[in-house]
Order: sequence, then C-alpha cells, then structure tokens
Amino acid sequence: MTNVGAQGAVGSELAIRVRGLRKSFGDVRALDGVDLDVAPGTVLGLLGPNGAGKTTVVRVMATLLKPDAGDVCVAGLDAVREATALRKQIGLAGQYAAIDENLTGLENLVMVGRLYGMARARATQRGRELLERFELTDAAGRPAKTYSGGMRRRLDLGAALVAKPPVLFLDEPTTGLDPRSRLDVWKTIEELVAEGTTVLLTTQYLDEADRLADTIAVIDQGRVIANGTPDELKDRVGGERLEVRLSTPGEAPVAARALARMSDEAPLVEGDAVTAGVRKRNGVIVEAVRRLDEAGVEVDDITLRRPTLDDVFLALTGRVAEVTEDDENEEAAA
Amino acid sequence: MSRLVTDTMVVAERNLVRITRAPDLLLAFTVQPVMFVLLFVYVFGGAIIIPQTYDGYAEFLLPGIIVQNIAFGGFVTALGLNEDLHKGLIDRFRSLPMARPAVLAGRTLADVATNTLSVLVLLVTGLIIGFSFDASPLEILAGFGLLLLFGYAFSWVFALLGLIVSSPEAANSLGFIAVFPLTFISSAFVPVESMPAALQWFAEINPFTILVDAMRALWVDQPAGNTVWGAVAWSLAILAVFAPLAVSRYRRAAGH
Repeated sequence: MTNVGAQGAVGSELAIRVRGLRKSFGDVRALDGVDLDVAPGTVLGLLGPNGAGKTTVVRVMATLLKPDAGDVCVAGLDAVREATALRKQIGLAGQYAAIDENLTGLENLVMVGRLYGMARARATQRGRELLERFELTDAAGRPAKTYSGGMRRRLDLGAALVAKPPVLFLDEPTTGLDPRSRLDVWKTIEELVAEGTTVLLTTQYLDEADRLADTIAVIDQGRVIANGTPDELKDRVGGERLEVRLSTPGEAPVAARALARMSDEAPLVEGDAVTAGVRKRNGVIVEAVRRLDEAGVEVDDITLRRPTLDDVFLALTGRVAEVTEDDENEEAAA
Repeated sequence: MSRLVTDTMVVAERNLVRITRAPDLLLAFTVQPVMFVLLFVYVFGGAIIIPQTYDGYAEFLLPGIIVQNIAFGGFVTALGLNEDLHKGLIDRFRSLPMARPAVLAGRTLADVATNTLSVLVLLVTGLIIGFSFDASPLEILAGFGLLLLFGYAFSWVFALLGLIVSSPEAANSLGFIAVFPLTFISSAFVPVESMPAALQWFAEINPFTILVDAMRALWVDQPAGNTVWGAVAWSLAILAVFAPLAVSRYRRAAGH
C-alpha cells in the first residue's frame, strides 16, 4: 500500500504514466482522455465492460498503436518517440495465446528470444528456464498444437517473459481458462510482482482484479471513471449488501417491495435472489425477516455481506449512463 | 542492417520448420502441380495446336506451368500472414524489438525455398513425360534464377493481400480471382495467337506472357526478343511497388 501513496508524489519514478490519452477509430472515440499511474512493482487492474477501451490502452502502451494525443510513458520511455527502445522493456501476453502451433514449446521461446536479439544458445537456455518455471518441460519437444488451453496460455506468458521485461502487459490473461489453470496463472503473476515486475492487467473477472491488483482503474466509454485500491472502491459504493434467496422465485417482486424501505436504492432482482444496499449492519437481518414475513414471502437463505467489485462495477457503470447524457446535452448546447 | 538479416533468418527458419510439422502443406507444393501437368499434357494437350518449333506439347507447357505454379507459391504467405494476424502473432512480433520488415522478409524468403522445391518436382515430372532442355547449363541456371526472382516478387503481392483481407478464406478466393486469369490469359498454356483479339491484346502485355516467353527462350531455345530482360524488369518493378506497400501495411497492422 505504501506504493500507492508514493504514486502521486514522484511522477518520474512511475513505471507507467499516462496523461490525456486519446485515440479515435474513424468516428468512434475509443479513448477520450485517459490518465493512469502505476508504481513500479505493483499491479494495475484495468476493468471495464467490453468495448470500453481496455485493449486500446494496452495496444498503445505496447507500441502497437499510435495515440492521437496524450503522453504515454512506460519504464521511463515515451511509447511513441522511443518505441524501439521501449520494446526491449516490455512483455505482452494477449487474449489469444500468440504462439506458433506448429512449433514446439521450446522452438517458440527460442524464436522469441532470438528476435529480442539473443544468440541461439542464450535463447535456448532462457527457453528451458521458462519451460521449467511453467511446468512445461515434459511438453517442451511437442508441437504447441497438442497443448491444452492452459498450457498454451502458460507458454504465451513464458514468451512474454523471455527478456525479463520490467513491465508486463496482460490483456485478459485468464479468459477462457478452467479454474485450475486460472489459479496457476494468478500464482505466476504474483511471483513476478514479488520479483519486482510491474503489471498492467485487463480483465473482465472482478475476483481476478480483487486478488491481483494493488490499484484498479475502471474504464468506460474511453474514460477512467474511478480508480483506487479495491478497498477504496468498495467503500465508495458504501454500506452492506443484504442478499435474500427466496423459496419461490415468483415472489421476488413482492420481496423487493418489502425491502425497499430499508434501502436508499431500488433492490435488485435476479431470479430467486433479491439484493439491497443497506446503511447499517445491526438488526438488519431481523428487520428484513420481519418485513418479508409480514409480506408473506418464504425465505430460503439470507445473508449480509461487504460489497464486492461486482457491486462497485454495477454502481459505477450505472452512473456512467447519466454522465454520458449530460455530455451529449453539453455538446448539443455548444 | 545486420539485425534485419538475423531477424529475417529467424522468421524464415520458423516458416520452414512449420512446413515439416504440417506435411499436408507439402502436398500443395508437390502433388497438386504434378496433377496439373498430367492433366494438361494428357487431357488438353492433344487438342492444343502449338507452333512447329516445339517438340511436343510437354516442351511448350512445362515452362508455362512452372511459371503459373511459382505465381501461386506465394499463397502460403498470404494464408500464413493472415493466420498470424488473427492469432495475435503479428501483435507479438510488432511488440518485439526486431527489425520491422523481418516478419515479411522472412516469410517471403521461406517461399523461395518452397518454390525451389516445387520447380524441381515439376522439372522431374516434365523430364519423365518428354520434356527436354535445349539450353546451356548457364541458361538453365539463369532460368532458375529468373523463376525464383519472379516468385519472390510475387510473394510480396501475396504478403500485402494476407495483411489486408479479413480471413484466410478471403485471401484464398481473392488471390485466386487475381492470379488465375493472369496465368491463363497468357502464353503459358496455349499460343496467344489462338485467342480472340481482345484477349490477345491483354495476353501480350501480361507480365506472365513475358516471363513464360523468357523461360522458353532460356530453356528450350525459342526466339525471345527482349523478354528475358523484360521479365527481370517486371519482377523488380513488382518488388519495388509491393514490398514497401506490404511493410507499410504491416507497421499499421491490427490483429482481430
């Protein structure tokens, strides 16, 4: 957490510093003034719905895309003017395992190593180290097309690490993986961060961000709409979540009405579950049970929990819709 | 510059190793062209009237069909690059500190190796069914060099195609639409004089005709005029136009 405090203080020591990043594709404004700070050796989780601009941010930082405007500084290098030098400092692993399926695991890593400028012997040695680390040694001599999804993703991650880059971009590194493989990838990322690597991670899984990220930036419609530590973001949503599971799903609207007076916002109905944000903790369950009983609703389960990042996300992206309307009004007025 | 050479060799090696892993790809370079030779010589050949100066249809056809085949050799580049684009490999390459043109230069260089292989396979087939050289060893070698140069230039056309189209299937059909008429409306399979006037006009300025005539001059001693130099000039011109276009497209290439 000390890193987070240091972040704002000394700009030049940041591993990633983005100011006023803009990028349009034709008429579509993909990024509309993004600011980001990532301290060395920390993980920034970039969250956002599909099409929010997460991948565009990563592509600009990884020198794959030129921004229309703004400053992008990674590992002390400008992503546009010093792109060539920057490519030696970064590793990229994308949503798709970017490996050659017809090459073996070792051949893939050796190829990447040599393209980083290593001699064949050095690249082979590094390749073997990485295969060992990712528990792929047994499969080292097999074409990658015989690998499982999890093995491919580990090999892809290995390819991103060949040059031991101080900054790593991971674009949805666990999308489509089974739970076991996800845990493996998480463990690896945690080890890398412990060794001092700075990671920028985009993800659609909020539990992933909660576990890995030191700071989180929520991005929607090309803008950062919130950032902070996971705890800060949860506190911002505020209060506790009362979750009621009903015996009869059909009674959910009745239950929602019964609980409405305990909450500042309208309770959320999802199938047989009703969720309501409540201000205080004491006596909430007793009061809820009483109200539901009076309404004649039969309860299967009732719990009180802290907000999760899902709640944060819902609350934030819900608010964005209003902000956008205001924007449009302003544009119309101008 | 040395970086460009090293990186190009690494990429070329990758593309050649791939072929040994997917042997079905080899069928495209070997069995398919042989099929075409047999089809033309034994099915169509008897019905095609060729100039008296040729010693049978096989002698007329072989330089032509080798040229057609070398034009199609670059297809692997179009398909492979498009696949790399969709699988995110191009993104990876572009994020590496490697020489920018190396991904394309390595790919097209690997085509030279596969083109050499298919020229040899076709030549052996030709020699078996009645083709024979009427040329000095130097002319035979010059013919080889010219074929590979033209094939290399054409690989860059396919490189650009592979980077532009939306899918390997599209690369396949667009490439076919472009290359098929070019090779058939030429002197490769029939004498140009046998075509209707409009096609004749096109066939005579078609670079494929110029190349095929050049190959016939070098390998079976037919009158060529300036076609050998014409074919070299065409190859260099295609290279000069399409290599920069393809590299510039690669610099801006976006996967997915």
